[in-house]
Amino acid sequence: MVSLAISLKGPAKFFNWGFISISIPNLIMIGLIVVLFVLALVIPFPTHESSAHAPSDEGK
Amino acid sequence: MWTTRLRKATVEKFEPQDILPDDQPSYVASFIYVFGVLTLAALFVIIGSGLWLTTKGAIWWHSSSIGHFVNSIHLWSVELFFVFMVVHLWGKFWMAAWRGKRLMTWVTGAIAFLASVATGFTGYLIQWDFDSQWIATQAKDGLNSVGIGSFFNTLNTGQAILLHVSLLPLVVGLIVIWHVILVRRHGVVPPLDAKGIAGGAM
Repeated sequence: MVSLAISLKGPAKFFNWGFISISIPNLIMIGLIVVLFVLALVIPFPTHESSAHAPSDEGK
Repeated sequence: MWTTRLRKATVEKFEPQDILPDDQPSYVASFIYVFGVLTLAALFVIIGSGLWLTTKGAIWWHSSSIGHFVNSIHLWSVELFFVFMVVHLWGKFWMAAWRGKRLMTWVTGAIAFLASVATGFTGYLIQWDFDSQWIATQAKDGLNSVGIGSFFNTLNTGQAILLHVSLLPLVVGLIVIWHVILVRRHGVVPPLDAKGIAGGAM
């Protein structure tokens, strides 16, 4: 069986900074979501010129 | 007759071309606009796998290989659901998506988020392991401290499972349907710098 790079046995380690106390897995997940958010903003969306039209009737 | 009034009001408010449009405004061509429908797709997987788990029961999902698989599908679709929903929420917050008569769209989205957290929480309570017992005792302290401990007894697994498989999914489902109808009726919110569009730059 392939061994995992991260141990899933036992409780998670915690990051402590002042009053902030958060488990490392939760911290990694928040970091990944922030990265995903930034990528969604900066990566250009593949489009076909003919499929998009100028908005005119929004916000009814 | 009330049926006539209801039909006229419905047709007037929900025109077919708004509910099922052929195309989208040009500004929708951005990955930040993808996360709403990704959240919906994850929700469909959650509901499908959840129905499968409900019909089979806890012994099946704890002991059979297919049960483990469906249980994992349910868990990971929930993880993705929340990841997509958080990115969707951030995107809509930073573009002030309540502009252009879209306040109720924003409010129903916020309520759907809170109802989803409650549904996910009751899911953790019915894992039937030490983890769920720990979460239940911690949550009981929390709910008692805010004065609603007499309404929600997280140590009562029967209450937790009924909330998780019946009431809360119904609430989430109905609010999400309402949210999607409002998105279709008022249109997808334009970016802040989209001048000349209703709900655009002010």
